[in-house]
Amino acid sequence: MSRLILPVDPARDHAQGPDTAPVTLVEYGDYECPHCGHAYPIVQRVQAQMGDSLRFVFRNFPLTELHPHAQHAAEAAEAAAESGKFWEMHDALFENQRHLADADLKTLAEKVGADAAGIEAALTDHQYAGRVREDFLSGIRSGVNGTPTFFINGVRYDDSWDEATLLAALQTAAGK
Amino acid sequence: MSSTNDAPHGALPAGTPAPDFTLRCTADQSLTLSEFKGTPVILAFYPADWSPVCGDQMALYNQILPEFKRYGAEMVGISVDGVWCHQAFAEARNLHFPLLSDFEPKGEIARQYGVYRDREGVCQRALFVIDSDGVIRWSHVSPIGVNPGAEGILSALDDLKK
Repeated sequence: MSRLILPVDPARDHAQGPDTAPVTLVEYGDYECPHCGHAYPIVQRVQAQMGDSLRFVFRNFPLTELHPHAQHAAEAAEAAAESGKFWEMHDALFENQRHLADADLKTLAEKVGADAAGIEAALTDHQYAGRVREDFLSGIRSGVNGTPTFFINGVRYDDSWDEATLLAALQTAAGK
Repeated sequence: MSSTNDAPHGALPAGTPAPDFTLRCTADQSLTLSEFKGTPVILAFYPADWSPVCGDQMALYNQILPEFKRYGAEMVGISVDGVWCHQAFAEARNLHFPLLSDFEPKGEIARQYGVYRDREGVCQRALFVIDSDGVIRWSHVSPIGVNPGAEGILSALDDLKK
């Protein structure tokens, strides 16, 4: 059984939902991966149904050999967090998966109200490359085996992530 | 975590000298396991090219290749697919490590390692970490539908250094 070796840390991780939630869902994902794009609205729907029982955390696992824009997209989302716009950028990236060149990242940053110039500079300086790599390495050491890979309360979730199956697994974890 | 030497389904266990073999990796090139002596080798048997997910097992190992290189280890994929199939697959996924073709006699090497599935006619999803002396130090067989990821390999490579 594969387990998350880097525990969720509110000071480090980007999370939606209360830290006291009985269930934490962690996704290792790639903004340019079509499967992650498919999972994105599913996660949103299960979040809506779980309410305060669920905390959702997103970590980066860019498959750069397959997806040429994935690394910069990940760094741009991390950079947007500086303006408090991580989730807005995360959503915008998944909603524009086919257009993630650097110029597009800047446009998206402007659209979500993040510091677009700052993000552009951060990409040039690779300011968040280390953070993205830390996510990636924690993923491979935790048994991430493709994207998206989910962990429920620290245990890798190997079942289907269609809405009904994922929701049922989260509800079971919540003891409902 | 699975750094245990679990070797179900008859896969050759830790401590066994790795059977040597020569297999084609392209239409005009072959690769012999013993050529790697002095270097740790990861043998990844897998059922088939063209698994329909982005982060499939071979693509994942391709992405993690720099980590394996930090241990000086070579990654080799093996399936029963032919060399032309491997070539197209490797090009499509931008793979930077060799894929060997256990094609004729079909599955012969997989059988020697105890990881051939007779009924389906494909290799198991099986991993072997072989040390620089050519001895298997860790083996693992995953359920056919479960991509084992890489943490078991990395733990086994860590153990080689101890």
